[in-house]
Amino acid sequence: MTIRTRRTLAALAVVGLVPALAACSGDDAPGEAGSTPVPAESSTGGELSGTVTLVTHDSFALSDGLLESFEEGSGLEVEHVAAGDAGALVNQLVLTQDSPLGDVVYGVDNTFASRAVEAGVFEPYTPADLDPSVGTPVEEGLEGLTPIDRGDVCLNVDTAWFEEEGIEPPSTFEDLTQETYADLTVVTNPATSSPGFAFLLATISAFGEDGWQDYWAELADNGLRVTDGWSDAYYVDFSGAGEGGERPVVLSYATSPAFTVTEDGSATTTAALLDTCFRQVEYAGVLAGTDNPAGARALVDFLASEQVQADIPASMYMYPADESVELPAEWEEFAPLAEDPYEVSAQEIAEHRDEWIQQWTATVIG
Amino acid sequence: MSLRRRPRWAWLGWGVAVGVPLVFLAVFFAWPVVALVVQGFFADDGGGGRTLDLSGFAEVLSEPRTWRVVGQTLAQASAGTVLSVLLGLPGAYLLYRCRFPGRTFLRGLVTVPFVLPTVVVGVAFRNLFTPSGPLGWLGWEESFAGIVVALVFFNYSVVVRTVGGLWERLDPRAEQAARALGATPWRAFRTVTLPALGPAVASAASVVFLFCSTAFGVVLVLGGMRYGTIETEIWIRTTQFLDLRAAAVLSVLQLVVVVAALLVSARLRTRRERALQLTGERSGAHPLDLRSVRDALPAAVTAVVVGGLVVLPLAGLVLRSFRGPDGAWSLANYAALGTTGGRNALTVTVWEATANSLRIAAVATLIAVVVGGLVVLVVSRRPRSHGLRRAVGGLDAVFMLPLGVSAVTVGFGFLLTLDRPLGLDVDLRTSGLLVPIAQAVVAIPLVVRTMLPVLRAIDPRLREAAAVLGAPPGRVLASVDLALGARSLGLAVGFAFAVSLGEFGATSFLARPDAATLPVVIYRLVGQPGAENYGMALAASVVLAVLTATVMMVAERMRGDSGGGEF
Repeated sequence: MTIRTRRTLAALAVVGLVPALAACSGDDAPGEAGSTPVPAESSTGGELSGTVTLVTHDSFALSDGLLESFEEGSGLEVEHVAAGDAGALVNQLVLTQDSPLGDVVYGVDNTFASRAVEAGVFEPYTPADLDPSVGTPVEEGLEGLTPIDRGDVCLNVDTAWFEEEGIEPPSTFEDLTQETYADLTVVTNPATSSPGFAFLLATISAFGEDGWQDYWAELADNGLRVTDGWSDAYYVDFSGAGEGGERPVVLSYATSPAFTVTEDGSATTTAALLDTCFRQVEYAGVLAGTDNPAGARALVDFLASEQVQADIPASMYMYPADESVELPAEWEEFAPLAEDPYEVSAQEIAEHRDEWIQQWTATVIG
Repeated sequence: MSLRRRPRWAWLGWGVAVGVPLVFLAVFFAWPVVALVVQGFFADDGGGGRTLDLSGFAEVLSEPRTWRVVGQTLAQASAGTVLSVLLGLPGAYLLYRCRFPGRTFLRGLVTVPFVLPTVVVGVAFRNLFTPSGPLGWLGWEESFAGIVVALVFFNYSVVVRTVGGLWERLDPRAEQAARALGATPWRAFRTVTLPALGPAVASAASVVFLFCSTAFGVVLVLGGMRYGTIETEIWIRTTQFLDLRAAAVLSVLQLVVVVAALLVSARLRTRRERALQLTGERSGAHPLDLRSVRDALPAAVTAVVVGGLVVLPLAGLVLRSFRGPDGAWSLANYAALGTTGGRNALTVTVWEATANSLRIAAVATLIAVVVGGLVVLVVSRRPRSHGLRRAVGGLDAVFMLPLGVSAVTVGFGFLLTLDRPLGLDVDLRTSGLLVPIAQAVVAIPLVVRTMLPVLRAIDPRLREAAAVLGAPPGRVLASVDLALGARSLGLAVGFAFAVSLGEFGATSFLARPDAATLPVVIYRLVGQPGAENYGMALAASVVLAVLTATVMMVAERMRGDSGGGEF
């Protein structure tokens, strides 16, 4: 109660003030006045000031100078704290909601977001100038969060290996259970790796809530290898990484083939199987209890702005949420997103997450 | 005025010596851990309040998996400890009792594994154990043996250094006398030397046991979920499931295991511990003589262990670090250390991260040596009163706990308690200060364990003699305890520094990317696509390894030999 009052007062005192942050200010008409404590009328005059703490997962990075230019333009000082992997990030937010770690979070994805939303971690906020016609839609139940980027978790194959062996590469989930592809696949553990969990979700979506267990049992019988994290699977086991691995099928990302392009840039030695993908969307949000709500919103606006969106492929290997942003040429050619990725709703994930992982462990690890 | 009555300020001094470490440990370890465990036992009752709910115990303890995990933890930690001690003893003898060219280098080399990030070590070992790898014929991929070998890789140097530190000061005349009286070398070792080394062996074994039972990364990488331990279960339940209820029960189980191990070790130690004839360092070592079995056997064992366990995994790593993305020999990976990686993988260059690591490690070492030194001073006393003696023993054990409690429990505990520590208006959770403090908490037990055997071995009569000769208590402390303790200080500083350089546990949850340390950037580089980032991670690991070995070698030279006569 007291926190809320203090915050509201602070908000009334400072907010709104955002002088047009050139391209990225959305504060002149804060959306959803009903859900935010700041009346729309307050957004006149004044300056943003103080520090905004941005809490992210380990993989957040922007090109040099980008955050600094935001600081200069806004008068805010941004502090960045990296809180571990995506799962650890969300759990820390839930645990600290009475005394939040910062003002803004980036990196909560659709597989974890519900847990945080249900716990009341976020102060709903949507940048006013987000163009829904080009943006990634916000999933039901996650309103109040702002999509920043997206990407597909898919199986990748070492095309060169298959060519050499004279075998047609697999293309579907079912292919992998066939004798031809025995002992060729490596994936990551859904209990310890977020791509691993995304892949589990893809199979749940493909085979149904009662069918996926049998599929995984068949996979396991066909010589599946499970590692605990992505780097281990990709660099140690995958033959296409050039590190002496022996398995030509690996769980990775749709963008991965863009990193195995041959020196002349004409081809890539690996390919993503676009019929095996799960779509991940990463969100940013304002943390409830922030003591700099105006600054927090300005930072979310900035993350959704064209500048940052255009920088995301180069700095975070993800597709920007804004679909109108131009992509690097080698992505267009070698790393397209799946046209029809598998989906499981955030709501359903939140409900069944632990149960699914336990069933998976019992089925595959024993 | 009797000698035994102490002036009031002396009591005040002891009060400070006990109080400072206790407050430090309470704020930066006990309180966070208790807060998180308590959170797990108090369920949300739906009405905004919380009620005590201990049903988690019945639930978790009745799952067969829990007991499998406990058994696995004990088996892994015991096997890792026994093997580390058995292999470490010959190593300690060779590196601290014999003189030969290259000894200092070898001493530095064996410490390297101790600080390497588990992501890198995991990959190095997996490359050894894959069917096509150099050790593929052993069939150790995803096996119990593979995990134990990796645990020994990490902890071998703990035994070598802790035991070696005492061994090199052991007066050889006792063993020589036994030999002169007709004892065989083996019998002289068994009946004279080994009992004298007992406290150091027990000390090292307890540290290694705690490290092994809380090993996390290497267990997951090498064993997958099949070889889950209490530690990996706590980690997954806390960071992935946010199942604090189960995590709290497991934390209590972990504590039970750790306390039991400490009790056993304390019992072994006190039975053996007594004043020893310590000597100036140099007189203890003799030139290595490979013609005598006494030297040749330890030398052979150590050659095999260091070659197979340390050099082989490291060599793969080093060689790979000198290959460019196209597989040809090149220095490209090292040249890249001045950059932020392919496609901006990092926020700082690797050299900047190195500077951060050194700066943070210096602060952490300072804290650890001051706090740990105070603990050693107190714990090395043997008060006459039974109650006080117990209290001293308890203090000793309490400072070992940080090694045996899950880093994730401590790290998540920090989140709950350090937003306004002691009512100060600082959010320590997101401040850079927390990093060296958290590292010091882990380094203190090592400082204590390396310095304590030496200080405890001081004959109390030496202090009494000094007092009789008229030295006030402060002077006794300075001329006896500090003078002798300073000789193990180099080792303690080296260990504390190494722990801090390699630490990647509790602090990884709240890393400040602008002040990222070497293990943090290595972890990040390995997690990024692009062959150039992978190569850079390996080059950065080599830098970390070289840095550690150098620090250890310098620390060896730092010892205060000047004050040493023979005692």
